[in-house]
Amino acid sequence: MAEQGSLVIPQPVAIVVGASSGIGAALARELAVQGWRVILIARRADALQRVAEDITRRVGPDRAFPRPMDARAYDQIPQVYQEVLREHGRLDAVIYSAGVLHPVAPDEYNFAKDREMLEVNLVAAVAWLGQAAALFQQLGQGHIVGISSVAGDRGRVANPAYHASKAGLTTYLESLRNRLSRRGVHVLTVKPGFVRTPMLEQAQPKRVFWVISPEQAARDIVNAMRKGKQVIYTPARWRWLMLLIQHIPSVLFRRLSF
Amino acid sequence: MFTPAIHPQRAPWSHWRLVENFGHSIRVPAQVFQPATVEQLADLFARARRENVAIALRGSGRSYGDAAMRQGHWVLDLRRMNRILAWDPKTGEITVEPGVTIEQLWRYVLPDGWWPAVVPGTMRPTMGGCVAMNVHGKNNWHAGTFGEHVTRLRVLTPAGDEYELTPDDPRFHTFVGGLGVLGVATSITLRLKRVASGNLDVHAWAVPDLAHMLADLDTYKDRYEYIVGWVDSTAMGWARGRGQIHAANHVPEGEELYPERTLSPDYQVLPDVFFGFVPKAWMWRFMRPFMTNWGVRLVNSAKYWASRWLSHHKTYRQALVAFNFLLDYIPNWERAYRGRGLIQYQIFVPRDEALRVFNEVLRYTQQRGMPSYLAVVKRHRADAFLLSHGVDGYSLALDFPVWPGKERDLVAMLHELDRLVLDAGGRFYFAKDATLTPDTAAAFLGEQALRTFFELKATWDPEDRLQTDLYRRVFAPLRSRLAA
Repeated sequence: MAEQGSLVIPQPVAIVVGASSGIGAALARELAVQGWRVILIARRADALQRVAEDITRRVGPDRAFPRPMDARAYDQIPQVYQEVLREHGRLDAVIYSAGVLHPVAPDEYNFAKDREMLEVNLVAAVAWLGQAAALFQQLGQGHIVGISSVAGDRGRVANPAYHASKAGLTTYLESLRNRLSRRGVHVLTVKPGFVRTPMLEQAQPKRVFWVISPEQAARDIVNAMRKGKQVIYTPARWRWLMLLIQHIPSVLFRRLSF
Repeated sequence: MFTPAIHPQRAPWSHWRLVENFGHSIRVPAQVFQPATVEQLADLFARARRENVAIALRGSGRSYGDAAMRQGHWVLDLRRMNRILAWDPKTGEITVEPGVTIEQLWRYVLPDGWWPAVVPGTMRPTMGGCVAMNVHGKNNWHAGTFGEHVTRLRVLTPAGDEYELTPDDPRFHTFVGGLGVLGVATSITLRLKRVASGNLDVHAWAVPDLAHMLADLDTYKDRYEYIVGWVDSTAMGWARGRGQIHAANHVPEGEELYPERTLSPDYQVLPDVFFGFVPKAWMWRFMRPFMTNWGVRLVNSAKYWASRWLSHHKTYRQALVAFNFLLDYIPNWERAYRGRGLIQYQIFVPRDEALRVFNEVLRYTQQRGMPSYLAVVKRHRADAFLLSHGVDGYSLALDFPVWPGKERDLVAMLHELDRLVLDAGGRFYFAKDATLTPDTAAAFLGEQALRTFFELKATWDPEDRLQTDLYRRVFAPLRSRLAA
């Protein structure tokens, strides 16, 4: 391990779950640029290694630490936190960015697909962030960040389980915020719109608009962490669109087909 | 297959706490345990061995740097080991556990007419901390360091062995000031100082610049038992180093009609209210708006001119506690620092070099736009301890605010000043340090001292169980370098 410099110079540490691609990978890179050390967690070891090497090449050594594992390995989570604390001496943020979006047909009900989305998007998020909450409430500081989605704001016809998983995550994060803000812990809910990621390619939605790069989303998220924002949309204009959509009465909403 | 994995709700994290330095500028997570007995302490050592974690010892956490923490590992807070084991009011010898604080000690012994021979500027530190850091006070020229008044130590090592140390044992001078990484002093015997009164006769006067400050501290060090200079660290040009000197002697025997009155802890109280209306618990909030470069300049100038015009050559009688524990006047004063708290940089420079070095240090910090907010000068002498900060000369203690985003600039500036101090044959003090590099430490301590220190460390703590962040930052790299 490298020689330890003065602790007066902050060297914050973050865990990013789902760091092998998309927003998670961009976020890991952005945090590394801002001086953080980042522990990268995802299932695919080779993809994770590539992200870590990319960070090392762009930012420098001792920034990215890949740790391949399935986000759903619930039993290992406390162990991972403990290892990070022992090895890196601190833990300042846990960012849950793992997510699955299986394309489903308008009349399709596939439990295998639905369960995976609920497990990865919601249950595993609860497993990771709940432990982070248990640790951070002891410390009286820390950032808990969940990458939810605009899809959680309304149950549309497109993908019931996905909408439900993101609505669940949004509500879970709100609950954590209400528990933890009084204890000095910051909880950030991120609701991205369309972001140019492998997930978007795979999902093949009928029409996309306001598409941003994962890097743009990552910059928004790191800014929001620094400013202590509660809920952000990225890009920000989604806030107004979703406000409108949230207020469409059901009598109309159930006749719409997006 | 989905299996609901149940984590015990709080159990795995129940001992995790954020551990801070005195100035709140270093905050790290660690698992904190509070043993109350030597047996519990030995159990924790055994458990740490099984779990292969490092341990830092901690008392009241009054170190300005990273001396009482180990990030991500264990911190043993020894404040529950706070029994007074033996007290002889005839000889003034007292035996205490390491968690006894200076406050607990003086409250216990003062009614019998005794006072700790050496106290730092706050009464919160524990005896264990005072031994580990070998602290000093405003009477350093006369009384030396804390360790010079320790007559016996009982040490428990992480390996589980116990040793009895007395000052004729060479290991005594390694253990005292040994940063708390050699073992736990489970029992500490001190020789106290006889006092005939709970008061001091204090004399205060203003000095117009650094040359006068150092000259007066030197001239009057023999006339007064306690002497200390406050420096207006923001004064520039010809006024650089101006300030105020406070000097004091114990009230001699027979001078007070009812000494038992002033020796009572009830008499030894600090003020409750400032400026007639600010309760002391609110004072740090009241100070907060002034904690900027300009605000401090204003306050320092006001303080200096007040000392010049209102209290120049004033003499008065003051309680021991009020004179000695200036840092306890304002509870939580360190919270007044905005931004990310403060660190202290204290340098010890030989007598003939001090004027040049201190002047340059003050000038440079001002020029870089990072002036110190509080500066104190004292007169010192050398001592026989291995990791000593003592020199025949002066110390300058500078409190620096840590502003977010400016941390690197601050550390870089202090590293530049390190060179100046080293070149003048100066030394540093680990109770205060947060920034020293291994190279600087090696340069002032010398290879021989380091080898002696690491030899005892290897004997008493072969598994390197006791490690503070200070030890990891400064000493661990030197150890591997010497071994190579």
